[in-house]
Amino acid sequence: MCDTCGCNITPGNKHLIEAGGKLSHSHDGKTAVEVLHGLLSENDQQAAHNRDHLDQHGVLAINLMSSPGAGKTALLEATIAALKDELRIAVIEGDLETENDAERIRAQGVPAIQITTGSACHLDAHMVHDALHHLDLAQLDLLFIENVGNLVCPASFDLGHHRNVVLLSTTEGDDKPAKYPVMFRAADLLLLTKSDLLAVLDDFAPAKAEHHLRQLANAAPVLQLSARKGQGLDAWLAWLRTEIAARREARQKFRAAPKLSGVLK
Amino acid sequence: MHELSVCQALLAQVEQVARDNQAQHVDKIVLRIGPLAGVEPRLLQDAFPIARVGTVAADAELVIETLPLTVRCQGCGAETAAQPNRLICGACGDWHTQLISGDELLLASVELTKA
Repeated sequence: MCDTCGCNITPGNKHLIEAGGKLSHSHDGKTAVEVLHGLLSENDQQAAHNRDHLDQHGVLAINLMSSPGAGKTALLEATIAALKDELRIAVIEGDLETENDAERIRAQGVPAIQITTGSACHLDAHMVHDALHHLDLAQLDLLFIENVGNLVCPASFDLGHHRNVVLLSTTEGDDKPAKYPVMFRAADLLLLTKSDLLAVLDDFAPAKAEHHLRQLANAAPVLQLSARKGQGLDAWLAWLRTEIAARREARQKFRAAPKLSGVLK
Repeated sequence: MHELSVCQALLAQVEQVARDNQAQHVDKIVLRIGPLAGVEPRLLQDAFPIARVGTVAADAELVIETLPLTVRCQGCGAETAAQPNRLICGACGDWHTQLISGDELLLASVELTKA
């Protein structure tokens, strides 16, 4: 959503949203001012600014979201081990407390910035902006933002990233997309993690998880993998390489386009 | 749990509207929220009295209008009502649909008193 271009006003909701003129006076001398701004427009502006920074340097930013313990950090460890000779990677870690996850990432030999949110249940664009200032974007190809483990709040905040990757571990239940529709509707890729446990779990059907995702009108690919056992990583790495190639192509076009002065701060 | 931060963002916008209109007092704030906005209207109502203290909206009324959830089918073109976890076409059952209303999180209007 965005408060400058009116993209959150569609032909479908226009008649509901537009009530009278911009300034209409009520009978008792009070003034009703029509606003029609997204409530999170301040966050969205910061997110757009973050995305400009990333695009300027051709960095692909991926927002990783899941419940706590679905395997985000384990996925990152396996991904970095597979790609660190090929791509320049950094990670922004969001947790309520501790540097533990950042230390696990640093042990893989890539920079990690830990954001400790205190009691905040999600990352927002301002926190990510502060973290970006601790990274040299010119030296990066791929930035992972590991959001706070939570299937509710992180879905509402644009961070300035390019793609949402949502993890659903096989121990959680295949109906999670039906229970948390706002989160799973936002997924650009759904990863079914801990797939090595499928052999011993009789209550998780990958096809059911995919069915619940399609019920949200989401066409995102669904991949199964086990980061610990190294199973199914190839398809995930191939997806990442395709996204990075697309980002590089977009950057070439961006550079070839006539210069728009004053757009990037 | 993020309703309080949404409320704070709301009040920052309301204070700006009040300043732009040289108003001393905010009487009423109207929001329009869709079921897929990720914000629970009841929790927002609970958070509002805490967040408004000391602002120009210190005794303002918060009105939340809920918008309908509607999808348009890319297959048959029908526009039908939907549920948050069932965004399929109500006419033909296809899941290739586009949300046309239901994820809004909007500050619709502010009622002000000028000096």
